[in-house]
Amino acid sequence: MGIKGRDIITTHSLSKEDIEYILSSSEKMQKLLEDGKSHELLRGKILATLFFEPSTRTRLSFESAMNRLGGSVIGFSEASNTSVKKGETLADTIRTVDQYCDVIAMRHPIEGSAELAAQFAKAPIINGGDGAHAHPTQTLLDLYTIKKEMGKIEGLKIALTGDLKYSRTAHSLSYSLAMLGAELVFASPEQLKMTEDFTSDLKRDFGVNIEEKTQLEDVISDVDVLYVTRIQGERFPEPAEYEKVKGLFKVDLELLKKAKEDMMIMHPLPRVDEIHPSVDKTKHARYFEQAFYGIPTRMALIAGVLGVEV
Amino acid sequence: MSPDKELKIEKISKGTVIDHLPAGTSPMVLRILGIDKKWENAVSVAMNVPSHGGDKKDIVKVEDRILEKEETDKLSMIANNATINIIENYAVKEKHHVSPPEFLEGVLECKNPKCVTNGKEPVLTCFAVENTEPLTLRCKYCGRIMDKELIEEQL
Repeated sequence: MGIKGRDIITTHSLSKEDIEYILSSSEKMQKLLEDGKSHELLRGKILATLFFEPSTRTRLSFESAMNRLGGSVIGFSEASNTSVKKGETLADTIRTVDQYCDVIAMRHPIEGSAELAAQFAKAPIINGGDGAHAHPTQTLLDLYTIKKEMGKIEGLKIALTGDLKYSRTAHSLSYSLAMLGAELVFASPEQLKMTEDFTSDLKRDFGVNIEEKTQLEDVISDVDVLYVTRIQGERFPEPAEYEKVKGLFKVDLELLKKAKEDMMIMHPLPRVDEIHPSVDKTKHARYFEQAFYGIPTRMALIAGVLGVEV
Repeated sequence: MSPDKELKIEKISKGTVIDHLPAGTSPMVLRILGIDKKWENAVSVAMNVPSHGGDKKDIVKVEDRILEKEETDKLSMIANNATINIIENYAVKEKHHVSPPEFLEGVLECKNPKCVTNGKEPVLTCFAVENTEPLTLRCKYCGRIMDKELIEEQL
């Protein structure tokens, strides 16, 4: 059991037991963090954060997690100052950096780059996003948020809304939620529906119950979690169509009147205008807590792949 | 099968007989084996001949040729369950069924233009066989699914 020496490339490659292990380990990390006792765990270890494209949130939370564990961080936050600019292959960059660190967190715009890095590095690779392919630490922190805030995942009714067709977050999260026994509701504009293949695979593989809706009004009253993602204007040929659709997927105080008392709203952030700022103060909003949960989750992953148990 | 029907294709002294190919796939098999007008050894092709089960099948016999692993891997994508007979002195020396390996390495390109295998990185493509009927492959790197149509385009 455990994830020692493993690469964390996609959530699809994690079994239910792996995910449960990571969630339970995240909980222990949070406890240590709150007790101020996490600082000795990874003393002397080095995390390299290789961010070939900018990502404030993911990079800072990886670095914060490593600092909280007492380890050190080296790395870069964009490719322009690196030898990549001179034409070096990713394989060579990875083989070099591998000599300098114990674990690597990487974000790269090319799909499949994390798997490639894993092949060339002895150090475990944690994928911080490889193009539109995968972003497993986002999904893991989302799962941890639900578990912490709602006490469980199995049996909850969870709605994912927004651009479901193109969102890697929505695909990866719904796969893991189905695996862990949640009920799913997909609410999106017709043009941005989850693909039929994907939905039927989830039903076949996990026997999950999935409802599909085309406006938030229809889902808000009976869900336990509302996971909001951004709808991007460029997906619509007509600006007027975009405006109309956007209106149907906007979370505001009026919509929340119909929500369950303890329903919670999540968002991977950054948001644009899909959640009105007035919602931030309501008991439903948990998206900033969600950002915090990224720390214990990433602490658990870094320590886990380095074989440090808590 | 009666002796009359067997005579439709001449026996070979040494080489490979690929039997039980799905009917109509032999032109693709020749392409996979790189057999074109420049090929000098004897090749016999039978298309749509009756098989034992009552269906039709294709047969390809190639003189003086033993298939490489890459070629049998490619064959497995269009002819799951075909048989490969290695012939020596007019007799079958070895016989095995073609079946897709767990991973197909270096034989196809990933059709996702944004996949890392389509850049300058020093790696071979690699696909996991997700399903054999119909054949579905998943790129080990970018996760892109390739269906039968996309696969056959490349053979």
